Amino acid sequence: MQLVLEKRVERSNTIALVSPLIAIGLTIVTMSILFAILGKNPISALGVYFIDPLTDSYSLQELVVKATPLVMIAIGLSLCYLANVWNIGAEGQFLVGAVAGSWLAVKTHGTEAGHWVLPAMLLLGAVAGALYALIPAICKVRFGASEILTSLMLVYVADLFLDYLVRGPWRDPAGFNFPTTAEFDPVATVPLLIEGGRLHLGAIIALLVVGAAAVLLGRTIKGFEIRVVGAAPRAARFGGFNSNQLILLTFAVSGALAGLAGIIEVAGPVGHLQPGISPGYGFTAIIVAFLGRLNPIGILIAGLFLALTFIGGEQAQIAMKIPLDVTKVFQGILLFYVLACDSLILYRFRLIFPSRKVSSGAA
Amino acid sequence: MGLLEAIILAVLAASTPLLIAATGELVTERAGVLNLGVEGMMIVGAACGFGGAWLTGSTIIGALCGIAAGTLLSLIFAMMTLGLAVNQVATGLALTILGIGLSGLIGAGFVGEKIGTAPHLYIPGLTDIPLVGRILFGEDAFVYLSLALVISVWLFLYRTRAGLVLRACGDNHISAHALGYPVLRIRMFAVMFGGACAGLAGAYLPLAYTPFFIPGMTAGRGWIALALVVFSSWRPGRLVIGAYLFGAVTILQLHAQGAGFGIPSQFMSALPYLATVIVLVLISRARTGGSTAPAALGTVFVPDR
Repeated sequence: MQLVLEKRVERSNTIALVSPLIAIGLTIVTMSILFAILGKNPISALGVYFIDPLTDSYSLQELVVKATPLVMIAIGLSLCYLANVWNIGAEGQFLVGAVAGSWLAVKTHGTEAGHWVLPAMLLLGAVAGALYALIPAICKVRFGASEILTSLMLVYVADLFLDYLVRGPWRDPAGFNFPTTAEFDPVATVPLLIEGGRLHLGAIIALLVVGAAAVLLGRTIKGFEIRVVGAAPRAARFGGFNSNQLILLTFAVSGALAGLAGIIEVAGPVGHLQPGISPGYGFTAIIVAFLGRLNPIGILIAGLFLALTFIGGEQAQIAMKIPLDVTKVFQGILLFYVLACDSLILYRFRLIFPSRKVSSGAA
Repeated sequence: MGLLEAIILAVLAASTPLLIAATGELVTERAGVLNLGVEGMMIVGAACGFGGAWLTGSTIIGALCGIAAGTLLSLIFAMMTLGLAVNQVATGLALTILGIGLSGLIGAGFVGEKIGTAPHLYIPGLTDIPLVGRILFGEDAFVYLSLALVISVWLFLYRTRAGLVLRACGDNHISAHALGYPVLRIRMFAVMFGGACAGLAGAYLPLAYTPFFIPGMTAGRGWIALALVVFSSWRPGRLVIGAYLFGAVTILQLHAQGAGFGIPSQFMSALPYLATVIVLVLISRARTGGSTAPAALGTVFVPDR
């Protein structure tokens, strides 16, 4: 028996829409088996993972709070992936954005600084993220160094730099030696949308980003250029598109969005700078981008879904003592299935059973 | 034991996992497949290697568990990229994410446990030679194995017909296919070899480097191994130099931290990662005449039967 791929004459639009759903279905089946192996009741585990977080207001708000950075980062990454360049260092750009914005919060801490502080912090975060993402982009364009490896290496560097700052110069003197900055002042904090809740302004910003990306990709020449450079580099060259400039642009935009997400996370839900501000948002956003089919609306839905796995994972740990790593396994398996199902858009799978006659004739 | 001797021993130990993982990936890439999941396969190899050794008390069984784990993961990768023609970069990332999760799950039961490290070679007389004795004749088995591995890979790639065919698949899969070679099957074996090496390299960490398992203990070594393959221009000989250079950077920064020059430790810890970026830039820049990468590296091949 042999599996053979046949190229479809035209890409299948039906499957393009259905494939993420098939992937999620297959992932849930696989996870049920894994839960059973871990000795947990699969039905109740899945309930804790996917249903319980949707049943109370606090969890629903938390869902949006977790989806906010995922969606913002994934939108940026989708631009890179559409242009066929691989920024996988969004986690580092997220951290650098958080650090740069926090600088202003630390410097103005306890002063009479006015309401300009937060907008300036957001701007700093975005600019720093963009500049940090431009390092691998420039290395790629100017020297031909693999952007995959350089962008990933810079994640470790950013992580160590943040660690140094909160253990060294920026440590809160009144923080009992914990590696954290002082709690940000109210003017340096992202305002809440609901008094006493968790939902903050970042959610609105994420929605605006989704809208802007949809316009960019669907309605502008730049968006068209990005797609052509990724899908048909030769055609792009003949069309006179400057692919190097597009690499720089997509990296800068994705870095800016990751950096913005970073500072929003720090100035919003976290409230101060500390190590471990991200449970791997930058990497999970890669999955969000693919699950959302590199489409802004798709990414919005995918971001909410993966945020659900974070919250479900935490609740499953508390309620059923399921290790947190199960969430990462879940996310990895999901990405595998998404990619495998995407193959169906371009190819038809066919199983071939060699008939006895042919095989004996060949032998 | 002198300081210099201690440093050289430490450099060899730090370089060995890089060398093993990079050798495997070199073969994979020479066949035209870019497997970015080295980090994932390594970390699962580390968890399974420790588990195997802890349960049985045998280093060899631990190493075999690591190899088996790496190979199994690489088979998933092969199924996806070769069987289903999925993008190799994305699949490799998926493998790394999955591997990090799996290793945490597998290793959860072993955190905090300790095992004896792999025994070191001891030849009476030879090992006792001052200065060079310990370095040449007193290493653990993995160090010798890694060098034997590189030499065998070199011999295989450049001195055997099978190696030539493998390189042909990596440079032009359409021609190789037209000549009647089973491109996908050859690539599958190359991917499995890469997985086995990554698993072994991961297992080396808890078996010989530090006698315990901690989540995330590979700390980016899989990615550095990938960078080393680029550094080596896909040649086994240069791989050895590269791996030992990187091992040296790792150990020197550790010693510098210990000596305490007043430089924050985080900056020293960042050195190997920064060095990787700089080396990648320099090496890519030097190659303005044209790339030395296998021509079909990372491209999807679907035979038209």
